[in-house]
Amino acid sequence: MTFSIDIEAEQKKAQEEIKKQGLRVLVCAGTGCVANGSLKVIDKFRDLGANVSAMTDYDKMTVVPTGCHGFCEQGVLVSLPDEHVTYVKVKEEDVEEIFESHIKNGKPVERLLYVDPKTGEHIHRDEDINFYAKQTRTALKNCGNINAESIDEALAVGGYQALHKVIQENNPEGVIDTIVKSGLRGRGGGGFPTGMKWKFTAANKGGKSYVVCNGDEGDPGAFMDRSVMEGDPHKLLEGMAIAGFAVGADEAYIYVRAEYPLAIKRLKIAIKQAEERNYLGKNIMGSDFSFTIHIKEGAGAFVCGEETALMASIEGERGMPRPKPPFPANKGLFGRPTLINNVETLANVPLIISKGADWFASMGCESSKGTKTFALTGEVNNTGLIEVPMGTTLREIVFDIGGGIRGGKKFKAVQIGGPSGGCLTEEHLDISMDYDSLIKAGAMIGSGGLVVMAENTCMVEVARFFMNFTKNESCGKCVPCREGTKNMLKILERIVKGKGTMEDLDLLEDLAYTVKDGSLCGLGKTAPNPVLSTLKYFRDEYIAHIKDHKCPAGVCSAMKRIVINPEKCRGCTKCARVCPVGAIEGTVKQPHKIDQNKCIKCESCLKNCPFKAISKE
Amino acid sequence: MSGSTTIDFRAVDNILEKYNYDKSYLIAMLQDVQGIYKYLPEDAMTYIGEKVDGLSPSTVYGVATFYAQFSLEPKGKYEIKVCDGTACHVRGSMPVLNAVRNKLEIKQGKLTSRDGLFSLETVSCLGACGLAPVVMINGKVYPQMTPDAISIVIDTLLKEERGEE
Repeated sequence: MTFSIDIEAEQKKAQEEIKKQGLRVLVCAGTGCVANGSLKVIDKFRDLGANVSAMTDYDKMTVVPTGCHGFCEQGVLVSLPDEHVTYVKVKEEDVEEIFESHIKNGKPVERLLYVDPKTGEHIHRDEDINFYAKQTRTALKNCGNINAESIDEALAVGGYQALHKVIQENNPEGVIDTIVKSGLRGRGGGGFPTGMKWKFTAANKGGKSYVVCNGDEGDPGAFMDRSVMEGDPHKLLEGMAIAGFAVGADEAYIYVRAEYPLAIKRLKIAIKQAEERNYLGKNIMGSDFSFTIHIKEGAGAFVCGEETALMASIEGERGMPRPKPPFPANKGLFGRPTLINNVETLANVPLIISKGADWFASMGCESSKGTKTFALTGEVNNTGLIEVPMGTTLREIVFDIGGGIRGGKKFKAVQIGGPSGGCLTEEHLDISMDYDSLIKAGAMIGSGGLVVMAENTCMVEVARFFMNFTKNESCGKCVPCREGTKNMLKILERIVKGKGTMEDLDLLEDLAYTVKDGSLCGLGKTAPNPVLSTLKYFRDEYIAHIKDHKCPAGVCSAMKRIVINPEKCRGCTKCARVCPVGAIEGTVKQPHKIDQNKCIKCESCLKNCPFKAISKE
Repeated sequence: MSGSTTIDFRAVDNILEKYNYDKSYLIAMLQDVQGIYKYLPEDAMTYIGEKVDGLSPSTVYGVATFYAQFSLEPKGKYEIKVCDGTACHVRGSMPVLNAVRNKLEIKQGKLTSRDGLFSLETVSCLGACGLAPVVMINGKVYPQMTPDAISIVIDTLLKEERGEE
C-alpha cells in the first residue's frame, strides 16, 4: 500500500508546532466549565497577551481551550502541564494573579490550588491530587489535555496512526482478531464482546454495510460519552473508521442526543478537519479505503439508546425497538448489515490497535478487560468523570477518588447503571466493579453512572424518581411496560405520600416481574430494577413510610413540615425575604409564621435563619 | 393551536431542500422548523407530510409527538429547562422547579407563563452532573442552583425584559 500521507512526519510536524507554543495554559471548555464561566477566563488570559519572554523560562504562553477534564465540580480548571500544576475554581478575576505571580514570576498561587477534603491541605502537584492519581486514563487520556477543535493537537498525540496501521497491514480479519483477543466488551451497558459483534457484521461483507456510533447517552447521571465527543472527537472518528475497515463498511452515522450541543459542534468541526486532511472521506490517505461519517441528532427519547430504536430514529421514524433477531449485524440500518457500538467502546479501539491486545487485556480483571469510565455524582466530595481499571472496588472509587461523602454525612448507597441499574449498599463497598460481579449483586454496570447517596437520600423516593423516568420514556409498544410502569409509579407515589399499604409492596414486586418478563427491549426488561433492588436492601424504609408515616431521610415532603419556633424567632424578616413563594408572614420584631399551604419545603428559610429558629418536623 | 401562526412555506421549502426531501431527515427537518417558530405549527407538519415522498401528515405527527424535544404549542421567549437527571434530583432539583413554578405562576401541566414570556420543562440530564442541580435557559447552563438563586436569575431576566421595552 502506498500512502499519500506520511503519518509519522505529520505527527512530528504537529509536535513541533506545539513546542512553539511555549508555556501551554490549558483552560477547560467542557460543558461544565463553560457554565462556570471558562470562556471569560480564556478571554482574560488572551487579553493579557502571549509574550512573557522577558521574565520566565518560556518565551511565550498559549491559551488552549480543552475538552472536559472530568473534575467538573472544581471548575473552572486551569492547568499548566509543563509545571504540573492545576488551579481549581478559577474565576475571571483570578486570571491576572495567576499570570503575574505564577506565569511571570514562577510563584504558584496557593489559594487557587486544590484542597484535599481529608487533610485540608493545598495540593501543589497534579500527581498528588487523589482524584487523578488513582485513575488510569486511557480512553479519556487526551480529554482535557488537547484542544479538541484542532486536528494538529490530535495528530501530535498519535491521532490516526492506528488507522494508518490497519490500512497499511490490509488485514481486516486480523483487526477483528485483535479486538477479540483484547477482551473489549461493549461499554454502553450490555457488555457484549465487541470483537464478536464485529465478526458477525463482517460475515455479511460484500454489499452496503454501515457503522453506527451510539452517542445517545440517555442515562441520567452519566456523561462519559459527552466528554469523549467534546474532548477528543478525533479518537472516536478514528475508532469508527477502523471499525468500518474491519467490517467492510464505507458509511457511518454518529447518533448524538440533542441535549449535547457542544458535542455536536465539536464533532462537526472534527469531521470537517479530518476530511480536509484526507483522514476520512474518499480514498483515505491515498488508499482504496473510503469512509464517510454523518451526524444525526436525537430529539429527546431515552429508548433511542436501544440499538434497534436508535436505527429507526436515524431513519427518521419514531424510535421504537423491534424484536431481535434479525440482529443489526444481519439486517440493521436501512435493512443493511450494521455494526453498532457505543462511544466509549469505539474510543478504546485506536489504543488497542496501537498498543496491542495484550496491553489492553493486561488491565482489568478476568472477565472484564481494560478500563471503564464512571460518572461519579451525587453526595460525594469530588464529583466528576473518572476512568479506572475494571475490577476496582467501589470503596476506592467513592472514598479515595471521590474523597468521601460531602459534609461528613454517612454513606448510604450508590445507584449504578441509572434507571436500569440497581443500588449497591455498604456491604458492597468491596465488590469488584466489573460486568459479572455487578450482575451477581443485582445491579449492572450500565453506561457507568454512579450516583452516590447519603443518609439524607430517601430510597423510596429514588425508586419513584426512576419509575417516573421510565414511565415517561416507555415507547408504549409493549403493554406490560407501558401500563406496568404507570401502575408501579402510582403505587410508589402512594407510598411516598404516606398512603401506601403493606399489600402494595407485594403488588409492586408482582408487577415488577411482569414488566421484566413481558417487555421486548432493555428499557422494559430493566425498568423495575431500581424498585426491586431498593425493596431488597431498604425494605425498612418502605415500611417506615407505610406503617409509621415517616420518611427516615426527611425527604418526602408530604411527611415534612417546616416550622418556625416562636420562642427563638426574633422577627428579623430574613426568612420572609428569602422565601421564593411568599409563604412566610409576620411583622418586624414579631415571631413569623409559615403558611403550610403555600410552603414548597425548599428550606431556603431554614438555611438562612440567623437564630436557628426554623426546623423540619 | 393551528392557524394562530402564519406559516411561511418558502422557509419550510428551504428546509426540505436542505435535506434533499429525504424522509430519513424528518427529525432534522422538524428541528429546523421548531428553530424558526419555537414550536411545530400544524400547517407546517401537514405541509412536510404532503411534500416529502414516503411521508404522510399522520407519520409526521407521530414522530413529532414521540420525541420530547418537539412542542406542539409555542414555547416562551425564555425556555427554562430544569434538569431532573439523577444527580440533579438527588441534590435538590425539585425545590428549584417548584420555585420557578411559583414565581412565574406556571401551574403543573402548563408549558408557559401567562404572558407567554417563559416556558418551563424538566429535562432528564443535561450531562452537567458535576454542577448539579443545573438549569438551562435558552441554551445557557446555570450551575448549582437553589430556589433563591433561580429566583435571582429570573428577576435579572425580567429586569432586562423591562429595560428593553
